[in-house]
Amino acid sequence: MTDSPGTKARPAGPPVIVWVAEGTWQASIDAARQLAPAGAEIVLLHVTPQEVPGAAHGAYAGLLGRGHPERDPGSRVEELATASAAELLNAAARRLARPCTRTQRHGRAEREVTAAAEGAGLLIVARDGDRTRGGPKSLGPASRFVIDHAPCPVLLVWPGPPPAGGLPPAPPRPPRHQPGRR
Amino acid sequence: MWCLLATTVPGLAGSGWMPVTTPATLGGPVLNAAPAEAVSVAVLVVVLAWAVARPRGWPEAVAAVPGAVVVVAAGAISGHAALTEARRLGPVIGFLAAVLVLAQMCDDEELFRWCGAWMARLSSGRPRRLLALVFAVAAVTTAVLSLDATVVLLTPVVFATAARVGARPRPHVYACTHLANSASLLLPVSNLTNLLAFAASGLAFPRFAALMVLPWAAAIGTEYVVFGRFFGADLDAGAQALPAAPPPGAPVFVLVVVAGTLAGFAATSAAGVDPAWAAFAGAAVLSGRALAQRRTTPAGLGRAAAVPFLAFVLGLGIVVAAVVGNGLASALGPLLPGGTSLPALLAAAAVAAVLANLINNLPAVLVLLPLAAPSGAGAVLAVLLGVNIGPNLTYAGSLATLLWRRVWHQHGAGPSLGEFTRLGLLTVPAGLILAVLGLWAALHAIGG
Repeated sequence: MTDSPGTKARPAGPPVIVWVAEGTWQASIDAARQLAPAGAEIVLLHVTPQEVPGAAHGAYAGLLGRGHPERDPGSRVEELATASAAELLNAAARRLARPCTRTQRHGRAEREVTAAAEGAGLLIVARDGDRTRGGPKSLGPASRFVIDHAPCPVLLVWPGPPPAGGLPPAPPRPPRHQPGRR
Repeated sequence: MWCLLATTVPGLAGSGWMPVTTPATLGGPVLNAAPAEAVSVAVLVVVLAWAVARPRGWPEAVAAVPGAVVVVAAGAISGHAALTEARRLGPVIGFLAAVLVLAQMCDDEELFRWCGAWMARLSSGRPRRLLALVFAVAAVTTAVLSLDATVVLLTPVVFATAARVGARPRPHVYACTHLANSASLLLPVSNLTNLLAFAASGLAFPRFAALMVLPWAAAIGTEYVVFGRFFGADLDAGAQALPAAPPPGAPVFVLVVVAGTLAGFAATSAAGVDPAWAAFAGAAVLSGRALAQRRTTPAGLGRAAAVPFLAFVLGLGIVVAAVVGNGLASALGPLLPGGTSLPALLAAAAVAAVLANLINNLPAVLVLLPLAAPSGAGAVLAVLLGVNIGPNLTYAGSLATLLWRRVWHQHGAGPSLGEFTRLGLLTVPAGLILAVLGLWAALHAIGG
């Protein structure tokens, strides 16, 4: 689904893609407000992972003999997912308070985001993972994939204030080389 | 000459009927073993394939009921043995119908929506807390109202709850689908497989629950630990709630009836009455109220009772009895060790899990129960652990279903199987071993 309410002027330069994901979208939107070039087209992108309705479809398929397709919870989850994604994109557009395009995709999140970023000037992604420390494993598998494979510059933002405490302790020095010892 | 001799299993007085295979002569003429086995296996394959593919959307019973007639007509099972199997399955099917109606009435009274609002409020916007609440609600729903209620009725509510909280839905939806299997261990009503095993085990309702509470907790605990790590990125991403509608009021009447039904299970067992009557009573109270208030119709109640599904179970049961009686019992017998030692219980659970993954847990339990029952309640419950926890290993509950779904392309591009399989590999073997340990400990503590 794509729409572009309030788009008035011809956008200047390649678009800025904002990945709107549950839990972290506000930080991404705030970054877009501050850093997207004036006049650039802003695309708000939400991806519903196919595994979510897929899990419900699979669970129902496992109930041998109950075959009423109208009772398949996966179909209901798909409807709910479409509605909640639209609601989330609307909330994000209100927070952005700039003309923008809202796009919903379904599939594997990391691949859909990477594909949508083709030809973009900037992709804004919020960091996920444990917020109580800087790292390691600061990114989930989907974010990691997007950062590895994005075809455009990526802006990675913290979804909240970064944790205090600075850097972790430095690793121990490697042992000095001693000739004759193995 | 082999035929199916229906008889009570020694030592299981009051447990109902279990077909056991003996080279007996009762039940009239039957085919020789090889052609009889070929006919019954062919019919079983057709019945299962139809159930998964559902050509033209026709019910599964369309193949299963004629299939049962064919195996009787072909002499693969005697009419007497088929009737005995039907008499054994009858009360189980009635019990199941009552539970299905009870769950649907609970949904009509917005019990699950209320649970969703309650989870959203208590989670305070913390995805990990929401996951714990989803685990609690899914485990109790599955245990009391059966896995069907969790899959069909609770899963969409949980998705909507995660969306309302602003959390990523993946861990919570997966939790429902996994717990529908692994949390269906506690009570006989939690799963159709349990109702079948309950009838075969000869256990009283409270004793069944007492023996299964440790395995149930072990399976759920394993899932919870694995989920916390597996979905760490989604759970740590936080949640930002959107404005939501005010929550509905508590459905007090439904909660009281469900609690009364649970108490009824214990009371009827203590009084020596079939606990199915407690389920009937609970379903009747909620249905009567809904009919009086014109919120449902007799046709709606018929749909909730899933009559074609009940006919399918009956037909499948007779076909499987024919397959077991004509040679499968002797083929599988050596794989299923007797006794209730820890290695024997582990082996029985493993065999059951593998079979459930190859075909489906319903035919798997129908095949294995007659083999396990002579070893006692412990062996029956070990089989139950395998067939209930095992299906989480494969998307769609079994390899057969998965392959058929792939052939039929029912859901577009299809899911990413890697994630399902990784999660299954992390939860199923560990959960199964811990659950069997729990069963073994319970059997030693309170006896089978």
